[in-house]
Amino acid sequence: MKTVHVRYFAILREQRGLDEERVATTAATAAELYEELRVLHRFTLPAERLRVAVNDEFGSWGSPVRDGDALVFVPPVAGG
Amino acid sequence: MSFRLTAAAIETSVLAEALRDVRTGACVTFEGRVRNQNEGRAVRALEYEAYAPLAESEGAKIVAEAMGRFPITQAVCVHRTGSLALGEIAVWVAVTSGHRAAAFDACSFIIAEVKARVPMWKKEHYADGTSEWINCATGAAKA
Repeated sequence: MKTVHVRYFAILREQRGLDEERVATTAATAAELYEELRVLHRFTLPAERLRVAVNDEFGSWGSPVRDGDALVFVPPVAGG
Repeated sequence: MSFRLTAAAIETSVLAEALRDVRTGACVTFEGRVRNQNEGRAVRALEYEAYAPLAESEGAKIVAEAMGRFPITQAVCVHRTGSLALGEIAVWVAVTSGHRAAAFDACSFIIAEVKARVPMWKKEHYADGTSEWINCATGAAKA
């Protein structure tokens, strides 16, 4: 079991009802962690529509989740 | 050259003044303003939310890419966060260069890349009291 820090933005923040939280997980990858959270919190966006950021940099879904990592699941962007 | 986020109104005259340079014959600016409708729905206000550390680094990367790709002198992009009223400036891009073609091209490149890549989100508030995160709709979310 490891503990990671997850921050939520926009639609995910509203669906979670929180800006951020610590999550204890056995997920090996970012993709597995999102799937756990999506099921638990009924997030409407599938992983295919998101990007993932690890420690404030864009990462890949297959990157390993390490104890203490800070993750953000990035909903489809809409600046401008 | 810079990219930054601001929660305060964008003062374009102040920003443009800082780009005065007698070596540059062209200054192209783009102002993205809050529009009163989107896809047929009357909009009454907008909200922008940013993942600040990554938005700033990705925005800076885009501006640096423009500097490398086009023969320009300076490039600046400022994006609002928070609540915006109709007509307010949501994003401002300015590019200076010796001649106009590169400035137009770089300005267009920067706004297109910012819209596609910078982690920020827009929530539209409609006249009928509903609201929606743009680009985030799914079958379930629309219900």
